[in-house]
Amino acid sequence: MMQETAFEQPASRGYLAEKGFRSWALTLDHKRIGVMYLCTTLLFFLVGGMLGLLIRLKLMYPGEQLLSNHAYNVIFTLHGAMMIFLFIIPGIPAGLGNFFIPLLIGARDVAFPRLNILSYWVFVSGILVILGTLVSPMDTGWTFYTPYSATTGAAVTALSFGLFLVGMASILTGLNFVVTIHKLRAPGMSWNRLPLFIWGMYATSIINVLATPVIGITFLLLACERLFGVAFFDPTKGGDPLLFQHFFWFYSHPVVYVMILPAMGVISEIIPVFSRKPIFGYWAIAYSSLAIAFIGFLVWGHHMFVSGMSTVAGVIFSFLTFFVAIPTGVKVFNWIATMYKGSISLDSPMLYALTFIFLFIIGGLTGPFLGALGTDVRLHDTYFLVAHFHYTMMGGTVMGLFAGLHYWFPKMTGRMLNEKLAKIAWFFIFIGFNVTFFTMFILGMEGMPRRWAQYPPRLQPLHIVSTVGSWILAVGVAVMFANFIRNIFKGDPAPANPWRGLTLEWRTPSPPDTENFEEIPVIKDWPYGYGKKTGAKND
Amino acid sequence: MSSAGAGGKKEETAMLRLFTVKAYRNYIIVWAALLVLTFITWRVSFIPLGLLNVTVAMIIASLKASLVALFFMHLRYENKLVWAFALFPLGFLSLIIFGTLVDVFYRG
Amino acid sequence: MTEEHPQHGESPEAVFETAKLGLWTFLATEILLFGGLFTSYIVYRLRYPDLFHAQYQYLNRTLGLVNTVILITSSLTMALAIAAIRRGRQWVSRLCLVLTIMFALGFLGVKYVEWTEDFSRGLYPGTNMFFSLYFMMTGLHGLHVVAGICVLSAVLVMSCRGRFSEQYATPVEISGLYWHFVDLVWIYLFPLLYLVG
Repeated sequence: MMQETAFEQPASRGYLAEKGFRSWALTLDHKRIGVMYLCTTLLFFLVGGMLGLLIRLKLMYPGEQLLSNHAYNVIFTLHGAMMIFLFIIPGIPAGLGNFFIPLLIGARDVAFPRLNILSYWVFVSGILVILGTLVSPMDTGWTFYTPYSATTGAAVTALSFGLFLVGMASILTGLNFVVTIHKLRAPGMSWNRLPLFIWGMYATSIINVLATPVIGITFLLLACERLFGVAFFDPTKGGDPLLFQHFFWFYSHPVVYVMILPAMGVISEIIPVFSRKPIFGYWAIAYSSLAIAFIGFLVWGHHMFVSGMSTVAGVIFSFLTFFVAIPTGVKVFNWIATMYKGSISLDSPMLYALTFIFLFIIGGLTGPFLGALGTDVRLHDTYFLVAHFHYTMMGGTVMGLFAGLHYWFPKMTGRMLNEKLAKIAWFFIFIGFNVTFFTMFILGMEGMPRRWAQYPPRLQPLHIVSTVGSWILAVGVAVMFANFIRNIFKGDPAPANPWRGLTLEWRTPSPPDTENFEEIPVIKDWPYGYGKKTGAKND
Repeated sequence: MSSAGAGGKKEETAMLRLFTVKAYRNYIIVWAALLVLTFITWRVSFIPLGLLNVTVAMIIASLKASLVALFFMHLRYENKLVWAFALFPLGFLSLIIFGTLVDVFYRG
Repeated sequence: MTEEHPQHGESPEAVFETAKLGLWTFLATEILLFGGLFTSYIVYRLRYPDLFHAQYQYLNRTLGLVNTVILITSSLTMALAIAAIRRGRQWVSRLCLVLTIMFALGFLGVKYVEWTEDFSRGLYPGTNMFFSLYFMMTGLHGLHVVAGICVLSAVLVMSCRGRFSEQYATPVEISGLYWHFVDLVWIYLFPLLYLVG
């Protein structure tokens, strides 16, 4: 790792130079938009995280202590909805994606910069509507199942509109990225020279474009049922509550791949750099992103096995569910093969990348337990499920986000993070995460149901262990954010290429100028030629 | 780089340019065809054919839709990428319909 | 004046291709948005064939037919507007845009008549499953018509300000694509709701 001499400021502020609220609020610069998205989504990560801590605190006690049952329902609904819709879905795509997609493909910006800034403000307006509903908060769980969500007194209608807006923002971002990746690649940047983060973002954006409208119409229908009494999900008028679930999960299952594919893309970028080896199986990883996206659309019914859905459908969805493990496994094996005989440096980005692989394997392997019809009957909506999705979403996506933030922090801010602090934070996060969530697998198998405010006292010891884990996790996250915030202002100036990466963003200064490149580069090489004399091409 | 100019009725394909310039007459013919098909579907709907009514109506609707897509929306002259963008979502639409029906049909 | 995104430094044709691709992507989202409603239609029609058969007769088929003809004709005028501007015929293009907007307003007018007729007979979105579907589908479609009118009006204003030429008519073309899609949805809605109860 190279360090500059004793400068206080980086040589140039690049895209950060221009100051003032309007220069940010009305910016057309994808980098600034990415930063704004990152700040907004990370804010909700922290708020949602504090709600999570509150949940864990309450669950230390088996009875109705600390929070009333109703208040508890509200808290876990908010935790889930906030984390999913306001943090993890936009997180990597709208944050890191916005910042780095044009840089990685050698473009000056995305295809539709004005649409980009519009998407941010649509996102913010959705957030404001959602926050407004806190006067009459939801207690339905983040899945808002009918008939309860159609009849409960809470501000569901307003929330539906707020979420519709947030979804609209996702769609606009996805649309922008799909066209950008098709049309704005630099000369010579053929599909076989595309960085794997771009492949991941491409697959993600396709899902965003095709799946999000379905949740959009679902929220619209929910609102119209509350406002006008339309019959779609209303059993008293011949409607079917399960139709809501079909529509809801037709989006919400693919959306978990929206969450994980960008993170996997980040990992695919980091592993070769910190192993000083070309990525193993480039095309396999590229195509596996598309395969995961496609298969992800086929399996939504596996959330509905015990809902009253037909057994025939259950069998089909269960069978198809297993297939998604194949392209996922391909990625994991290829990452490991990349590291084999590589020259590994355990800097913080790599630490988080390795953590991702480890935790995501656990999360992924617990998927089939839930995907198999028979075992799901026992495990559905227990803490086993809660553990599964926290391992995949937090152990997976969030670790991928952390990895990407540590990897790209120098590029985005022009400063280096404090490695020691980063590693201390990592340690607490790793220990805390596993204590908190591994315990939940056991709790689930011991019969602890999901979303229950009270539980049999025999389960209390495990709950206490999990809660203590959440405190350790919180310490780690706090240290990590302290590292970020301090070093944005006081970190050592970063060189253009601190990690000696081969992808295009490292050819720009840290931080990049507003136009990204002085001259659009002409691409002649594959970006993974590490450790080879000529930086040779693949395929 | 100017267009067909005063010719008006002269047909030009999108070989040199990326925008399609067609004679007005082309569009009017398609419009007439659409009206004819509309008329047909209207008349057929009065004849009680049971299940066939829906089938015929959907076939005619799809014919009309194809005319609009191919000629008004210029799909006929577009490259494969645009075709992919146009057709792909239809696949996913069939997916949600099919998947939901598999459940609904086999309940109880 | 001819380039939309100067920072790309690309040819007008390439910029147009990009805009076109963007619009088709947006139409993909619209297909899935309406798709939820079409899925519901299929599910409930299969479940309640008698209800559909009884209820669809309350719809005014003639007005439905009129609206279909109106929309198809508006698609024609839209296509002509584009063909005209690509020949540099500014006034023909503007006339056709005006006609398209008028037809769109006419469509909404007919819809207004239909809906008030239904309300006066006590037929509301909450009345039964058929009318839930009818009002939701035509309602969402109607919202798209309104949006289309707004977009086309903006395009008309731009045209009157001399923004378009043979080389640059991107907003006209892509709003045309949107408008044809609105027509497309109605082409399916009309038989499903009005003709095949």
